[in-house]
Amino acid sequence: MTDTVLETENLAVTYTGDRRVEAVKGVDLAFPENRLTAIIGPSGCGKSTYLKALDRLHDIQPNVEITGEVYLRGEPVYDTDEPAPEIRKQVGYVPQEPTALPLSIYENVAYGLRIHGLFDSKDDLDELVERHLRKVNLFEEVSDRLDAPAAGLSTGQIQRLCLARSLAVEPDVLLCDEVTSALDPISAENVEETLAELAEEYTIVMVTHSMDQAKRLADEVVFLYLGEVVETNDVRSFFEDPQHERTKRFVSGPTDDEYAVSDAT
Amino acid sequence: MGEHSGGSGSGAGDDGRSPRIGRRLLVERLSSYWLRGAGYFAVGLFAAIVVALLYQSLPLLAEYPLSEVLLSSNWDPAQNQFGFFPAIVGTVYVTILSMAMGAPIAVLAAVYIAEYAEGRTRTLVSSFIDVLAAIPSVIFGLVALVVVVPFVGNYLAPAVGADATGLGILTVSLVMAIVVTPFMISLSVESLEALPDELRESSLGVGATEWETIRSVLLRAAGPGIFSAVLLGFGRVFGATIVPAMLIGGQTQLPDSVFSTGQTLPTLIVNDFGELMSLPLTQSALIFVGLLLVVVVWLFNFAAMLVRRRLQRRWQYQ
Repeated sequence: MTDTVLETENLAVTYTGDRRVEAVKGVDLAFPENRLTAIIGPSGCGKSTYLKALDRLHDIQPNVEITGEVYLRGEPVYDTDEPAPEIRKQVGYVPQEPTALPLSIYENVAYGLRIHGLFDSKDDLDELVERHLRKVNLFEEVSDRLDAPAAGLSTGQIQRLCLARSLAVEPDVLLCDEVTSALDPISAENVEETLAELAEEYTIVMVTHSMDQAKRLADEVVFLYLGEVVETNDVRSFFEDPQHERTKRFVSGPTDDEYAVSDAT
Repeated sequence: MGEHSGGSGSGAGDDGRSPRIGRRLLVERLSSYWLRGAGYFAVGLFAAIVVALLYQSLPLLAEYPLSEVLLSSNWDPAQNQFGFFPAIVGTVYVTILSMAMGAPIAVLAAVYIAEYAEGRTRTLVSSFIDVLAAIPSVIFGLVALVVVVPFVGNYLAPAVGADATGLGILTVSLVMAIVVTPFMISLSVESLEALPDELRESSLGVGATEWETIRSVLLRAAGPGIFSAVLLGFGRVFGATIVPAMLIGGQTQLPDSVFSTGQTLPTLIVNDFGELMSLPLTQSALIFVGLLLVVVVWLFNFAAMLVRRRLQRRWQYQ
């Protein structure tokens, strides 16, 4: 068994707005080092809410109540004196919607490096930006226009840029929230290939509602249903020998129709 | 799309062009004419106003060269002297001063409301700002007469060694800043709130603080919207009439300090039109002032639109 990078203990997230909604109900999970874990489940089952809680991204919203604890390399993420920005730096997060910061391509990658002062000289920064753009297979495509606004890239390129931006600050774990679902099939395939390469050297937690994508990419699979973990297993056992009735139905059922188009490729 | 003929109510016609669809297509065509007409009406109205103002300005422009009218400091309609320069300078002073005071406060307040304030505080603060924006500006003028004018006359001016009654350019600028700030705040809050949450999450996610996120990401992404909010404020101050008329002192002279009385282009019209519209040349002069205001505001809006488009294309938010 490899080391656990990220772990949650009885983590619950409740929206306390007009109506109390328990989106995540006491989830215990551990994410092993250098593995890609896919969290799957139907829409609205709490996948994204859970993922954001791992990076303390609910802090910016009012009316969200979080109980339980997240441990990053054994250290608590919530009950701690460490400032939230320092914690978020160690946990990369890529949202579902490809989001270019209103900066140049270069500055999007340099953004975190500048904030944390993670470089010695301009040459060093150049080198770091290039290295991370290469990691996501984007450097060749954009090397001639690094100073152009990132918003001018295609959505697939922006999504890879987002990966590079997150990776640039050397996080311990990378969280990806359905990063291919807003993309056309070809861009989705490019991003998937990039993720597959990154999975070899990073710990990745990925939310997806495509079971085929989970099958292709994941080492471990977690099935979340109505805010609770139904089943978690390594990818082969999960799909070939699901233990729970609900997992069996989800795995075999025709509920994956939202992905019928992209999965046909 | 195929045509869906109505169900039970469509009658017996099977040829697809029943009298019913014919009638519907006629209404369709008529309504598109009608809507287009309504749209062009605004354009036509603007053109008509400009033409009317231009036509009525011609008598003045026939007598005096444009440069003299714009650059002469002598304003004495009784003696047929029409120099708008003091009013132009007054307008520029008031506009720049009130924007210099109002715009930074508006942007900061908008950031506070959109990004920091939560729950009840936020509702309370933004509802008060909306109320402020809805108060007729004459009320601000009245309150200023009993509060700001004595303050400027008795404390502020003596404190910097100036002699002033309290009526004047600085007072007008202060009050106009208060009048336009709520508008600029509301519009700026709207453009910040329109930004996708992913933008905040992406920036916070790499470990930026909230302030770093606001400074390097949100203000930039909401830039076009905030920029138009500020320009709208500009336009309102530039064309403001009642507050300057009440507080500027109404003396047509070149202002020698921010405490001196003066005139803006709109107050020139308000102060003089009652008694002087009977003199043809004076009427023409005042209408020319109106033309000047319309043209400048139009140029302003046009430039604003160009800059906003450029910014939007560059960052593609909003």
